[in-house]
Amino acid sequence: MALPAAGATAAVGLWWGTTVIFGIRSFFLPAPPDIIASFRAQPAYLLRETWATLTETLLGFGIGVAAGLAIAMMLTAWRAVERATFPLLVALNSIPKVAVAPLLVVWLGYGPKPKIVLVVLICFFPIVVSTVAGLTSTPADLGELARSLSASWWQGYFKVRLPWALPQVFVGLKLGVSLAVIGAVVAEISSPNQGLGAVIVLSGSSLDTPLAFAAIVLLALLSIVLFYLIVALERLLLPWARAISA
Amino acid sequence: MIELAGVSRTFRTRSGDIEALRGIDLTVAEGEFLAVIGRSGCGKSTLLRLLAGLLPPTDGTVLVGGTAVTRPRRDVALMFQRPALLPWRSVLANVLLPVEMHGGRRAPHRERACQLLDAVGLAGFHKRLPHELSGGMQQRVALCRALIQQPKVLLMDEPFSALDALTREELAGQLQQVHMDVKPTTVFVTHSIQEAVLLADRVAVLSERPGRVRHVLTVDIPRPRSFGRNAHLADVATCVAELTDLLHDTDAPTPMHIT
Ligand SMILES: Nc1ncnc2c1ncn2[C@@H]1O[C@H](COP(=O)(O)OP(=O)(O)O)[C@@H](O)[C@H]1O
Ligand SMILES: [Mg+2]
Repeated sequence: MALPAAGATAAVGLWWGTTVIFGIRSFFLPAPPDIIASFRAQPAYLLRETWATLTETLLGFGIGVAAGLAIAMMLTAWRAVERATFPLLVALNSIPKVAVAPLLVVWLGYGPKPKIVLVVLICFFPIVVSTVAGLTSTPADLGELARSLSASWWQGYFKVRLPWALPQVFVGLKLGVSLAVIGAVVAEISSPNQGLGAVIVLSGSSLDTPLAFAAIVLLALLSIVLFYLIVALERLLLPWARAISA
Repeated sequence: MIELAGVSRTFRTRSGDIEALRGIDLTVAEGEFLAVIGRSGCGKSTLLRLLAGLLPPTDGTVLVGGTAVTRPRRDVALMFQRPALLPWRSVLANVLLPVEMHGGRRAPHRERACQLLDAVGLAGFHKRLPHELSGGMQQRVALCRALIQQPKVLLMDEPFSALDALTREELAGQLQQVHMDVKPTTVFVTHSIQEAVLLADRVAVLSERPGRVRHVLTVDIPRPRSFGRNAHLADVATCVAELTDLLHDTDAPTPMHIT
């Protein structure tokens, strides 16, 4: 905890020092105090836009998680279905989903809808892929144990396979939540009517670089907080997970 | 209790057939402790999986308690080389897993589970998770899980082979105690001649692949036996020597493998 804090402080110090020593102007690279000042000039506005981005992210992420888990469970229920569709999923996963952001605006208009849809699209695949990976990696000896206890298919699935997959599910959630924030911002940039992405677009057209930086800092905070919330949830729910991966 | 007659098992693989077991004839009486010993790859695990109903024989008949084995049975418990505990379940919940899988209620068995755990020296560990335990302790939990349903037949596949020497001896001692107390019919696969002589009423020596019963040695030493200095050192030495000869015997009619 102390070392990363020291590292972050040093980086901010270096950045600040550079802007002072080389006399870099604020619209080119603002110093930390400029950014704080920019935030303090209109906190209500910035927090409202942060809230907009947060709700899009969470709605999209929630839908993405529900759909991702459901699809992964359906795919792995039948070995043949999994074998037939998994390569397709991996291929779809590698398409850069942000590229469809402008199309979503065409199809769904300027409201929050295209943003939420992009978030769903971007976090859905990693969640499916890691959940499927988890559900298909049950160790042979646990499978044999279940069989030797005459476990029914349901018992094997819910008492062994699914719990075993949970650490992998969390790998997907951690990837997914970071991507979800990116998805929300990209969608907002391509139809800038609300959210921190819109703030960045507007500040760019008025050359208000400190405001853009304030928005970026808020985005980073949002992303970090969401990520560590999931990490905390994992530690709480799966205290055994790190022991297996070791 | 267990009867194997002319049992063979061949695996079909892409690179050809592998004949793991050929013409096994064996019987194990009720309450008897049979050790099975042989080189790796000679089909010992396959033999246990046939007995457990996890694998059908390609030929011959496998009877447990007078009926043909077609699928896993509730009164047959299996213990593996690795503990195979569910890492998210507490020690106690792991022991109760078979009860749950067989659709029973856990509460009536809880007390027995605790007694079993206490008997193997895990009294203070009921609520721990498996990763907080040493390998030997985990294997003891697996033993309790195998015993919770009061099985008539206990099948053990090299259960102590992943443990250090001292822990192995300690666990072998506990297993002897369990066997003397509850008398399950036991088939115990091992690599260790000492373990076989300590625990077994009879020791079946398998030949190299395809596994056949080369010899069945009766160990006529009164229980409780112990690894250390005891009154039957001479008998133990004779058995150990005989088994060593049988395992190293290359005159036996097994094909040589040159790879
Ligand atoms: N499911 C299987 N498919 C193909 N070959 C197998 C399978 N199980 C075991 N074998 C082969 O059968 C032989 C005996 O295996 P096993 O019973 O595990 O031996 P042991 O337990 O004595 O070391 C080995 O050569 C092994 O490769
Ligand atoms: Mg084996």
